[in-house]
Amino acid sequence: MNWISNYVRPKINSLFSRREVPENLWSKCPECGTMLFHRELSENLNVCTNCDHHMAITPRARFTALFDGGIFTEVKVPEPIADPLHFRDQKKYPDRLKAAQKSTGEKEAMLVAEGEIGRTPIIAAAQDFSFMGGSMGMYVGNAIIAAAERAVKLKRPLVLFSAAGGARMQEGILSLMQMPRTTVAVELLREANLPYIVVLTHPTTGGVTASYAMLGDVQIAEPNALICFAGPRVIEQTIREKLPEGFQRAEYLLDHGMLDRVTHRTKLREELITILRMLMRKPPAVAGDLPAPKAKPAAEGAAPKA
Amino acid sequence: MTTYLEFEKPLAEIEGKAEELRALARKNEEMDVEKEAAALDRKAEQLLADLYKDLSPWRKCQVARHPDRPHCKDYIEGLFTEYTPLAGDRNFADDHAVMGGLARFNDMPVMVIGHEKGHDTASRITRNFGMARPEGYRKAIRLMDMAHRFGLPVVTLIDTPGAYPGKGAEERGQSEAIARSTQKCLGIGVPLVSVIIGEGGSGGAVAFATADRIAMLEHSVYSVISPEGCASILWKDSEKMREAAEALRLTAQDLKKLGVIDSIIKEPVGGAQRGREAAIAAVGAEIAAMLDALKGKKPAELIKDRRRKFLDMGSKGLAA
Repeated sequence: MNWISNYVRPKINSLFSRREVPENLWSKCPECGTMLFHRELSENLNVCTNCDHHMAITPRARFTALFDGGIFTEVKVPEPIADPLHFRDQKKYPDRLKAAQKSTGEKEAMLVAEGEIGRTPIIAAAQDFSFMGGSMGMYVGNAIIAAAERAVKLKRPLVLFSAAGGARMQEGILSLMQMPRTTVAVELLREANLPYIVVLTHPTTGGVTASYAMLGDVQIAEPNALICFAGPRVIEQTIREKLPEGFQRAEYLLDHGMLDRVTHRTKLREELITILRMLMRKPPAVAGDLPAPKAKPAAEGAAPKA
Repeated sequence: MTTYLEFEKPLAEIEGKAEELRALARKNEEMDVEKEAAALDRKAEQLLADLYKDLSPWRKCQVARHPDRPHCKDYIEGLFTEYTPLAGDRNFADDHAVMGGLARFNDMPVMVIGHEKGHDTASRITRNFGMARPEGYRKAIRLMDMAHRFGLPVVTLIDTPGAYPGKGAEERGQSEAIARSTQKCLGIGVPLVSVIIGEGGSGGAVAFATADRIAMLEHSVYSVISPEGCASILWKDSEKMREAAEALRLTAQDLKKLGVIDSIIKEPVGGAQRGREAAIAAVGAEIAAMLDALKGKKPAELIKDRRRKFLDMGSKGLAA
């Protein structure tokens, strides 16, 4: 059964991402205005080939590019209780959820997967900004806990890609409680002495930044990503002055000692492999030694290779 | 001078009338107004009880922010002895929005930490209205660490509109400081109890309130975002704060139902601002009860139970 789920799904995935391509074969870079051919853009991981502007990328597309041969298995996330507060603003919360599910084709704002990168077994979790702003509710909390528990069970590192406007207001206090809950997940990894690497992508703000996204052993950000607790607009309103150029952007945080690295998306996979292999005390990865898609995938629940 | 809230206006009128009558009588000795004034007093008392019997969530927000409500400093002075403030984060500054230090609670040495909003213009500015900067959280982390090393229980008092959204605060790592403070709460092997005494504003509150036992004063609030902020984002109209306050379920009563807090501390009729001593005493009794319930637990057990508490939180929704 296993090889089917490991093997067939990526194909389904790639079908899926193919469908995401706009009818219009060209898209315009929001930063420099260059018209980009869709195939060229997706081959460059949604980074503008002219100005290096990093556009949003879905968790599935990211994982397909990240894992060896694009092969990964989803980690099951326990389903939280639906609409715990019976929240209603101008729309009902369940209706907003359904609309997001329809427009993204995803169940929720985080995808967790296991697989190998450069033959290093890892768990990865990625937040989906296109799903209600990537907001952190109980599902996202459950996803991070599931990812950490799986990592501890298989003795693998966890790589987390953050992207969120913050907590999901429609879950009220229970979204706020994901700050301590996800911090417990980070504690589980620490206790098991497993690397936890956070890749902060545009934008990562609010309660997400103030919990799991700032607690990595290594903190990497994508270029020009907005990373903050309070957003620039809120700050400008509070202090009534104009903020400096590049304020709260990845490079600014790097200068202020809040990050280890700022890394271009196309270089990220290589860099993660290098760092993870050192932290896991594995020999260096051999250049070009990337398994072909037909490589035997790790059986689910199998002990990790030491 | 009582500060009346907007919804207390009818009460202000009645109490004002009674006061006027008595003032007249003082000038004019033949006048006997006591009977009428006493009737007004009774009416005011009844109205106060009625107003506070079933406060709407938005009214609770207003009461929680009432300037005359006892603040962290008042609770520390009223409930602890030998309070010895400890200052600074050893990196950058001392944040006056966060008070903390060694103290005795019923003779037992503890570490007490809390947000202080200030009580007049000067102290409010010094205290930055209870909005902490990274230094405040880092001071708290340092104190919690010390408490852990010396086996002292930690008591935190929560009263903040939220962490300070400022330029310097962001540059010095507001998010990281909050995240580390929450992490420290989860990692200390000593009892940690929290009381939300006024406003529990988002991440700035969580950073101290990730505790073994969490109590809330009857009219305090605890929320992921202020009703005004939520209204302007979801309703695109910050005047819809009543609806937002309702939807967010930020009252002590709803949070108890959701299993986010453990107990509710009753306030005097008319709120803690009308019976400061009684409110302070009630908070003291609850702190004693919470610490008592944790007595004898081993460090590893405390940490394990605290983690479990948060992992399980919210699994039942309003039916909890």
